Amino acid sequence: MEQSPATFATTGKAAKRRSPFRISLAKNRDLYLLIFPVVVYFVVFHYIPMYGVQIAFKDFIVTKGITGSPWVGFAHFERFFNSYYFWRLIKNTLGLGLYELLVGFPIPILLALMLNEVKNKFFKRFVQTVTYAPHFLSTVVLVGMLFIFLSPRTGLVNRLIELFGGEPIAFMVSPEWFKTLYVFSGVWQQMGWSSIIYFAALSAIDPQLHEAATVDGAGRLRRIWHINLPCIMPTIVILLILNTGSILSIGFEKVYLMQNAMNMESSDVISTYVYRSGILGAQYSFSAAVGLFNSVVNAIMLVVVNYMARRVGETSLW
Amino acid sequence: MVVTQETAIKPSVGDKIFDIVNYTLLSLVLFIVLYPLYFVLIASLSNASAVLNGEVWFWPKDITLAAYEQIFNNKDLLVGYGNTILYTVFGTSINLLMTIIAAYPLSRKDFYGRNVLTAVFVFTMFFSGGLIPTYLLVKKLGMINTIWAMVLPNAVSVYNIIIMRTFFQTAIPIEIQESAMIDGCSNLKILIRIVLPLSAPIIAVMILFYAVGHWNSYFSALIYLTDRAKFPLQLYLREILIQGQVSQLMEGADELARMKKALDSETLKYAVVLFANLPVLLLYPFLQKYFVKGMVIGAIKG
Repeated sequence: MEQSPATFATTGKAAKRRSPFRISLAKNRDLYLLIFPVVVYFVVFHYIPMYGVQIAFKDFIVTKGITGSPWVGFAHFERFFNSYYFWRLIKNTLGLGLYELLVGFPIPILLALMLNEVKNKFFKRFVQTVTYAPHFLSTVVLVGMLFIFLSPRTGLVNRLIELFGGEPIAFMVSPEWFKTLYVFSGVWQQMGWSSIIYFAALSAIDPQLHEAATVDGAGRLRRIWHINLPCIMPTIVILLILNTGSILSIGFEKVYLMQNAMNMESSDVISTYVYRSGILGAQYSFSAAVGLFNSVVNAIMLVVVNYMARRVGETSLW
Repeated sequence: MVVTQETAIKPSVGDKIFDIVNYTLLSLVLFIVLYPLYFVLIASLSNASAVLNGEVWFWPKDITLAAYEQIFNNKDLLVGYGNTILYTVFGTSINLLMTIIAAYPLSRKDFYGRNVLTAVFVFTMFFSGGLIPTYLLVKKLGMINTIWAMVLPNAVSVYNIIIMRTFFQTAIPIEIQESAMIDGCSNLKILIRIVLPLSAPIIAVMILFYAVGHWNSYFSALIYLTDRAKFPLQLYLREILIQGQVSQLMEGADELARMKKALDSETLKYAVVLFANLPVLLLYPFLQKYFVKGMVIGAIKG
């Protein structure tokens, strides 16, 4: 089953005589067997659903199955675009995504830059350990903590507000507060964890750059601005592309947990709508159409942002 | 940081101010992150009425373990805990196996088709059929209300495959593998005898990433499970921490009944938060460097 060991790196003379796939197959049959279950998994759980997304253009009837159901063209999309919910969903999904990007994206960078300037090793480690920790809380627990701390009667925050003479606010059921709470609780939970990447990029910077700049009389801020920031720019751009590309894919989990009848007008996003009308309401075709719309917009955004990043700077995903 | 902009011209003074501002801001961040966590701890140990009356700020008051006793009398929570442990152990095993068997072939330069397969895998990160087709598939496969729905639809993460592949490529010298090959070692043997023993750190990272994911997830359970006896902990937590709260906020229940109910559940909520995160909280300080290592490896080739 094995070829001579010299052909391990596919550069042997045999490569010219037979197709590379044949050679690899003969030599690495066990590798192909090894990866086979993973390929099956991706086909079954990722590509079959992609095939199944055709129900968005059909009237899915359970007894007839996906292929047997009649085609209806863009009827479900039209219904969605003309529905009362459409603009509300777009506004909320996009608003939440942009808000999160604007606030949630720069803060980890700032944190990494600031931590990088700390000389006291113990303090640095302590801040890191503490700020990484919330990342491991589950979404349920995080939202549960929001409810606990923001409760109008017993919550810590409202008690502080009252202490300073204010009126308690029912944060969790007021639509005005929903987006802010969503974004800032996200910052609280993820800023430390998201800063790890930048921190790693910062520690890879050549110290000679800083020495040279110091000799030339550059202060701390100046060195941060002219050395640290440019050095981690590629990392920033890549993450910005990834984040922008997923603006519309606001995670279902947290929004759904924070959502209630009272704050619906600002908390209803595409994914929660798909869940409600699809899984709970069993309107499979219609919700599949809504979900497909979301996926397509996402994919387009990713491509566009990547294109822009490549035009403006030299960094891009592909 | 903008504040010190003008003073930066004079290095020594500017740098001093910078340090002061920097340490102050970081301490503030530290407090904001740490205090809620600390408060949960002390509140769970305090007398419920003291917590409700706002007497607990920095130290626990009238220390009691009543809230924890309540947990152990709560059948739902214990059932949920057991289910979660089961899903986490079983799910993580599948995840790890799948990640290894995908990552190793992809790490080998002589594995023809690696680029195509990588593309096939990565494409699913950016485009998916969506919730409904996946749900219909799982339903059709008869996995609703079974453990399979908890572990199979997310059997492997592309991101983790890439992390692991990168590790295999960079951290394990290809020369060792080549010499084993010369000695007549099969690929499978190379993987089991040479590559995996050298990959302990990355395997640890993977187990942690996947296990935390399973432990904390509630979405699969929410859509695929309707049988309460199979619910994981997070779904029961949701009932205690969130649904109870919403109904309290929206119902106009009379003051007394509400206060009574609130008193009973108040410290339970804090205790439950700790109880749910106990495994992670206990392990976290020891595992921090592994988590960070995983993130950094991922970032190189993310």
